[in-house]
Amino acid sequence: MNKKLTLAIGVLVVVVVFGYFAFGGLGRSLVYFWTPSELLAEGDAAYGTSVRLGGMVEPGSVRWDAETQDLRFRLVDEGGIVEVQSVGVPPQMFLEATEHNQPIGAVVEGSLTREGVFRATNLMVKHSEEYRAPQHAGEKDEYYRELFEDQGAGDGS
Amino acid sequence: MTSTIGYISVGGALLLSLAGATLAFVGVRTGNPGMARLARRATYGVFGLATLAIGTMVYALVAHDFSVSYVAQVGSRSTPLFYTVISLWSSLDGSILFWGWIVAGYSAAVVYVYRNRHRGLMPAVTGTLLAVNAFFWLLLAWPANPFTPVWPVPADGPGPNPLLQNHPFMGLHPPLLYLGYVGMAVPFAFGIAALVTGKVGGDWIRAVRRWVMAPWIFLTAGIVAGAWWSYEVLGWGGYWAWDPVENASFLPWLTATAFLHSIMVQERRQTLKTWNILLVIATFVLTLFGTFLTRSGILESVHAFSEGLIGPFFLGFIALVMIVSLALVVWRSDELRSEPALDSIASRETAFLLNNLLFVAFTFTVLLGTMYPILAEAARGVKVSVGAPYFNQMSVPIALLLIFLLGVGPALPWRRGSPELLRKKFLWPTAVALLAGVILFALGARHLLTLFTLTLAVLATGLIVGEFWLPVKARRQNHGEGLGAALATVVNKNRRRHGGYVVHLGVIVMAVGIALSSTYRAETEATLRPGQAVAFEDYTVRLDSLYAGREPHRDFVEAAFSVGSGGSYSGVLRPRLNYYPMSTQPIGTPAVRTRPREDLYLSLMAYAQNGSTATVNIIVNPMVVWIWVGGGICVFGALFAISSMGFVAERFGGRKKKTARETPKPVEAGVGGAD
Repeated sequence: MNKKLTLAIGVLVVVVVFGYFAFGGLGRSLVYFWTPSELLAEGDAAYGTSVRLGGMVEPGSVRWDAETQDLRFRLVDEGGIVEVQSVGVPPQMFLEATEHNQPIGAVVEGSLTREGVFRATNLMVKHSEEYRAPQHAGEKDEYYRELFEDQGAGDGS
Repeated sequence: MTSTIGYISVGGALLLSLAGATLAFVGVRTGNPGMARLARRATYGVFGLATLAIGTMVYALVAHDFSVSYVAQVGSRSTPLFYTVISLWSSLDGSILFWGWIVAGYSAAVVYVYRNRHRGLMPAVTGTLLAVNAFFWLLLAWPANPFTPVWPVPADGPGPNPLLQNHPFMGLHPPLLYLGYVGMAVPFAFGIAALVTGKVGGDWIRAVRRWVMAPWIFLTAGIVAGAWWSYEVLGWGGYWAWDPVENASFLPWLTATAFLHSIMVQERRQTLKTWNILLVIATFVLTLFGTFLTRSGILESVHAFSEGLIGPFFLGFIALVMIVSLALVVWRSDELRSEPALDSIASRETAFLLNNLLFVAFTFTVLLGTMYPILAEAARGVKVSVGAPYFNQMSVPIALLLIFLLGVGPALPWRRGSPELLRKKFLWPTAVALLAGVILFALGARHLLTLFTLTLAVLATGLIVGEFWLPVKARRQNHGEGLGAALATVVNKNRRRHGGYVVHLGVIVMAVGIALSSTYRAETEATLRPGQAVAFEDYTVRLDSLYAGREPHRDFVEAAFSVGSGGSYSGVLRPRLNYYPMSTQPIGTPAVRTRPREDLYLSLMAYAQNGSTATVNIIVNPMVVWIWVGGGICVFGALFAISSMGFVAERFGGRKKKTARETPKPVEAGVGGAD
């Protein structure tokens, strides 16, 4: 009986410790998926929280400095605007769309700083697994048409 | 016409599996062998109809018959033939059809192989498998019917999801995963049959061994191939992101691996009976859960899932499976009572028990992290995701303990080990491991976790090598055999065990690859003009040209980079961006140069419209190739182990073949020796 009791206590301790680490680790690794208005509605609690912020890129707001790789733009939804700053070259599709002032969604990972700027460590163009037919399919190859002139090299893939 | 054949075959498979399941369970109840025979024939019939259904679908895809709903959904005249055929599993309905066909195939195979054996268990196994079949054919006949006629018939379709036609690997890892996933229905059926008949002793464990090994091999190969696919396609230079889809394939692998180990304890010590039944039920439920997770749309939103019928169907079936299984376990609780397993701490039983606890803890960890976002959205309406830090923080200690055990466990004897034996087995490996740790530290390894992992890997390798070396040494002394002959005899005497040790070595190789590639990975980004070069780590990367091209199903923009080290260039890498007609977004294909020491990985990130610059992401990834090599070793070891079980050994006399390949001179098989 004594042996069984020891075993039961041992198992209980292991489970409690494991659960503590599991749930504790979970709490620290949560990333919230917010829209700009939800982020702003959090108020002070939003500062420093890991967030995936998803919204539409405000047309004309993109400032891209190729020298310093500094990218700034604004993400918007119906109720809010958030200034975003990130470092690194944005994805091709982001550049294509914003250059033509086409509407495009983006998701940025990072957190809101006290200065009110969202500092992003990662920028993704919004897409889902069930993709939709594009509105601008016909115009797409406009973007890389010039590169077709070098056809000879293009065949060697 | 095509739709009609599809309807008839799906409906026929549904009715026949329902009828066969009923017959089988009537046979269990009455003990009438005629019923069991009829149920067996029904199983073959279901497989025949399933093959007709899937053949019809492949025909419809290849013939671009857009009057069939699934073809209209994923087909396109411009898609190359290979991707057209594999688009069978690129979307929901087709992949459920694939599931149904594989489960029918497994059912027919197991019923055929055991047609004259395990007579007590087989009727209930047949019945359970046919019930599982019936569920999938019901899905196919109703909410996921891929044969629904489309009117008016469209002239062309959108083609499969661009991400899924971007790389030929897509033809490889989904079928492997499915073969692994679906195959877990067979051990589950044996578990249920053991409960139904009350024969929860050794028979079902012996019968089930190879039927859990086979899907385990497929699942292992599928997970590794899937990681490889994401490395070669997704362009971020990683292979595992704790994505829910990845976790869904990993969860049943964890419980199946635990089961593979714990059945050895039951075979040897007639204990852990309930535990084994629970593990096999959990494995099957997790495969259903994984299919539900990846196929119901619940990952995108809780609300997306409730729009279709697939999600509720799956949840209902999972609930049914769990309720029935657990009720059977409670009903048979008297038969399931076992003797306690432990005689001594330093015994193989302890290693197996700890191994099982760790695998279950691992399963719980991954399940919690995967489920949490769904539960949080359902309960509180917040969208949240669980970051990789949680999974890494939890899984690294568990994985390290498992690596420790996979070396120590094989070295420990059953029941209890004598101090002399333990000293003999542990002295050298421990000394070598400590020495390796010191040398690595002296060479400049300062990342403590990695240093610890490598030291553990050396220890585990040493212990496993000892399991080969010590009996080989004894044979050479006692029988005067050469090294090759002694090794062949030792290994062939117990293929299952030594195959298992080879799997352990494969896991160690993978662990080393994972530890080094995640610690010492280096990454940079550069925007280059044609002719301009950038130096990174030991490499020089120069942009040669940037050009666009056209293939039947896509356009692409490709950049050619000369890569080399020092002043000379030794090769050209061509990362590209692919433009598919029905996708707004270019899909990148990275270019990877693989070497034993490290990979050089280039992704084309962006380019200027006039071709004046290209931006490339350069990643130097040490030792990544060893992850795939380790996976290959695991599969090889498992195939070797299974070659001693039943079919292969009976048909092909696997023992002799292997011996002949490794040693030129003939060796008498089965000579007793030191072990």
